Amino acid sequence: MVDTFDFVEVKVPAKPEYIGVVRLSVSGIANRMGFSYEDIEDLKVAVSEAITNGVEHAYSGEEDGELTIGCGVYTDRLEIMVADHGGSFNLEQVKEEIGPYQQEDSVEDLREGGFGLFLIDALMDKVEIKSEHGVIVLMTKYLHENEVGRDGDQVSTSQ
Amino acid sequence: MNLNIDVKQPEERYSVMTLEGEVDAFTAPKLKEELLPLTEAENALVEVDLGGVNYMDSTGLGTFISALKSTKEHGSRMRLVQMEDRVYRLFKITGLTEIMEIDTSVRGGM
Repeated sequence: MVDTFDFVEVKVPAKPEYIGVVRLSVSGIANRMGFSYEDIEDLKVAVSEAITNGVEHAYSGEEDGELTIGCGVYTDRLEIMVADHGGSFNLEQVKEEIGPYQQEDSVEDLREGGFGLFLIDALMDKVEIKSEHGVIVLMTKYLHENEVGRDGDQVSTSQ
Repeated sequence: MNLNIDVKQPEERYSVMTLEGEVDAFTAPKLKEELLPLTEAENALVEVDLGGVNYMDSTGLGTFISALKSTKEHGSRMRLVQMEDRVYRLFKITGLTEIMEIDTSVRGGM
């Protein structure tokens, strides 16, 4: 069976003012696909988190500062790819930093950033991060969640 | 795709910040700039009305974490009220409901 899909690509400058623009675009695609209100809200947060990461990398690096967002529209799922072509990214460090607040953490130790990747993982069905040339976050949300095993809900990484 | 911030001071050491719009990486710096000074007076109570906030992500959470830290440093308090269910969910997932004063008796966006 051939898994056909439509592909929508958006390129934006890696600046905070364009995060909302992409969020609206993805929301429109998800709405057209028939995602529920709740799922669309999840997608909006996840996409914004990925782009925020990209914007931060672009700011810290010296590359041209453009982000590419690709949406693979399948009959049963939406795949979203966010790619920045900027500098490197310490994946191990990021993995250590993600996670919810724990009761035993003191308020002083709380991270002001770092919830981004954790939220992407919590809100999407599948997340992959590749960091060969820049960083690519690939995340998937299925239209009918009950068709998908809950154990697919984790961050997988490949270098 | 913007955030309106309104601050009123009904009493000395009691401020009410009313937010309307979206909190993301674009608007969070402005929010932080307005919110943090309010938390810097000893015994101050800062109430943040989130009833008009229809979108928030981790940059917003980070801003409220900064403000919470500031309240601990300066001996003030911050209370978040009228939070929409969607926004509350993010505080819940990240465990921040455990450490922030969030008034859930009145929810916005119902």
